[in-house]
Amino acid sequence: MFAVTASPSGLEQLWFALIGVLWLGYFFLEGFDFGVGVLLPFVARDDVDRRVVINSIGPVWDGNEVWLLVAGGATFAAFPLWYATVFSGFYLALFVVLAALIVRGIAFEFRHRRDDARWRRAWDRAIFWGSALPALLWGVAFADFVHGVPIVAGGAWTGTFFDLVKPYALLGGLATLSLFTLHGATYLGLKAEDPVRENARAVGQRLAPVTFVLVTAFLGWTYLSAHAWHHVGLVPPLLPILAVGVLAAVGWLIGERMEGWAFVATAFVVLALFTTLLLDLYPNVLVSSVRTSYDLSIVASASHPYTLKVMSWVALIFTPFVLVYQGWTYWVFKKRVGRPGRVEQPTEA
Amino acid sequence: MSALLAGISTLTLARWQFAVTTVFHFLFVPLTIGLSLLVAILQTAAYRTGDEAWERATRFFGKLFLVNFAIGVVTGIVQEFQFGMDWSRYSVFVGNIFGAPLAIEGLLAFFMESTFLGVWIFGRGRVSPRVHVLSIWLASLGTILSAAFIVAANAWMQHPVGYAIDPRTHQAVMTNFWAVMTNSTFVLEYGHVLFAAFLTGAAFLLGVAAWHLRRGHDTAAFAKAARVGVVVVLIAAVGTIFLGDSQGKQMETQQPMKMAAAEALYDTTSAASFSLLTIGNLSGNPIFQVRVPHILSVLATNTWDGQVEGIHQLQAQATKKYGAGSYVPVIWLLYWTFRIMVGLGILLLALGAIGLWLMRKRRLEQSPRFLRFAAWMILAPFIANSVGWIFTEVGRQPWVVYGLLKTSNAVSVISPGYVATSLIGFTAIYTVLAIIEIALMIRLARIPEAPLSPAEAEAAPELVY
Repeated sequence: MFAVTASPSGLEQLWFALIGVLWLGYFFLEGFDFGVGVLLPFVARDDVDRRVVINSIGPVWDGNEVWLLVAGGATFAAFPLWYATVFSGFYLALFVVLAALIVRGIAFEFRHRRDDARWRRAWDRAIFWGSALPALLWGVAFADFVHGVPIVAGGAWTGTFFDLVKPYALLGGLATLSLFTLHGATYLGLKAEDPVRENARAVGQRLAPVTFVLVTAFLGWTYLSAHAWHHVGLVPPLLPILAVGVLAAVGWLIGERMEGWAFVATAFVVLALFTTLLLDLYPNVLVSSVRTSYDLSIVASASHPYTLKVMSWVALIFTPFVLVYQGWTYWVFKKRVGRPGRVEQPTEA
Repeated sequence: MSALLAGISTLTLARWQFAVTTVFHFLFVPLTIGLSLLVAILQTAAYRTGDEAWERATRFFGKLFLVNFAIGVVTGIVQEFQFGMDWSRYSVFVGNIFGAPLAIEGLLAFFMESTFLGVWIFGRGRVSPRVHVLSIWLASLGTILSAAFIVAANAWMQHPVGYAIDPRTHQAVMTNFWAVMTNSTFVLEYGHVLFAAFLTGAAFLLGVAAWHLRRGHDTAAFAKAARVGVVVVLIAAVGTIFLGDSQGKQMETQQPMKMAAAEALYDTTSAASFSLLTIGNLSGNPIFQVRVPHILSVLATNTWDGQVEGIHQLQAQATKKYGAGSYVPVIWLLYWTFRIMVGLGILLLALGAIGLWLMRKRRLEQSPRFLRFAAWMILAPFIANSVGWIFTEVGRQPWVVYGLLKTSNAVSVISPGYVATSLIGFTAIYTVLAIIEIALMIRLARIPEAPLSPAEAEAAPELVY
């Protein structure tokens, strides 16, 4: 196809990069939200502790999730064919993600509205599964983007649901699930008081080696698979090597109670992992497992320059404001969340 | 599954899915837009006067607002992605134009709304009272902005402007962003939707307050809320009706078939009468009808004897212009949704007007019949919002983008089994959520807010969630 040989224009490169940044922002921020949700049953021994865990992300989770909506909207506007192909092709997987995000979001808001043990236990389950499933499935999806899905010319889908769950993609899903959970543990280490803080530390130390194995295997496979060799930014593979190196230190940082650095480290690994995948993908947006010439390229899926220019101006003007006020809320809620001096014990605990 | 689905097309299922998820989403969104503004007003009054009664009204309605807000947010995520899932050919065709307002909505509105709402929920005692009030105003502004962009996207589907068709890819591409954002259809539609949202919030505020006033609960706080409710119901009802009427005239020039179908007007007529009610069928030979002379001409053209085009003539014109096929939407659905919407709008106007009259006579709190009426009228805007959207979206059929792309050419090329799975899944989840939400809402709405001790009012609550 002619589109594969044409190289992307500056505007198209910019929008590929911006959408990449939106996904990175999303995984960095909601990554720890997911981790906190997955850890909920493991770091809290009673209802008050569970509330501490939930309140640690309470003021920010919704704003964090908006990064996903903006990434989706920006993909729709800048690369309509990418948006259309991915979301119709990953249909059932995306349905599961959406359903999970729905029950999880409701759970945060509804859980505390009734002081009833059964009510709260049901929402706790919703938070756990609503966090674990997207954490797993986003990894599966991004692995599929780079390793190929059954598309033919023009992004037409020829496969079934089971084409999406191959070993490489499953490994990718387990790697992100484990990494986000670890990221959540380092976040709780920063944001919660004891005993949640201490429990998160213990879980984090046990989880770090598992995550190291999964992420190293996944990045190694990504790098060694044929595609990687052709792509800019991966030769030499500085980023994946750095990611694995930093990840190796996370367990030690947690053990040494260097909580700030441990969080920075897991954040770095999240960003480096997804940057590696995006660099591997470039200059395509979706790889075809049928034939290389069917790869969906940036050029073939991009909107016209006029749309991209309008969007660039809007992004240039408004993004600084968003970053400033979202950053400001983290500063407002910088205090650790702990067990209150005087809170009624709910019936269950 | 496949046996059950025999004969049901992906198109039919995808349309049902869009209808279910969108109508459900839009039950909550107008209440979010309306209540965020009203809670901001209540809290500003509390801040200015230091009156504990305003404070209690703010906390009480703030709590209900948040329960409602959560469902609006999470069901909105589905809206962002289902265009790609079920309507991939539509997405490719319109992405250049339709995607831009969606992305901008996220960047400008959703971030603002969610971030400042987080500050508002958790910020009491952590930020200054002034910043706390400001945060609910900014969240409210975020909801108002988000409606602007999504309605601009919808208005483009109703009346495409500022575009060209790329001869190579056959996509619609944007040529003028300013034209898209100042589309004449958008201006009226946005005003109508926004006023309807304020009307929804205000009728809710008034109705819940009326329920408590009738039982003599916390009359200080609820009388204040009811008065704010009455004033906003009246202003918003006038605005909604006025703009809706202007939309009718615009529809007669932009989408005449929608107007003809809404009236079941089969043949072009001058000095057309308006049918209030039809019994029998809408085929042009009804058994019994109540008609008001000249009113349809006035509604559609603003003149006493104006000509209103009929379905037969419009169908013939459309066939000539676009080729063979039916260009007639589902007439009975349009006929009745239009009447229900307009009827409820007028009832809500009456609610506001009677309320204001009672307020002037200082009898608002002592009028049990009005208070009971107001409590029941909570439901009216929800029904009117739903049938209004069903009317305008079904009325555009067979087009998804008017005159440019038919709905049947917009759907994804995927197995009906997928769509059936997610349709059943979303419907099940939404039904369960609706039951839980309504039960929780009623439970919380029945308990008046207890006064806080001065110490409690000062301190930041340690665990909010």
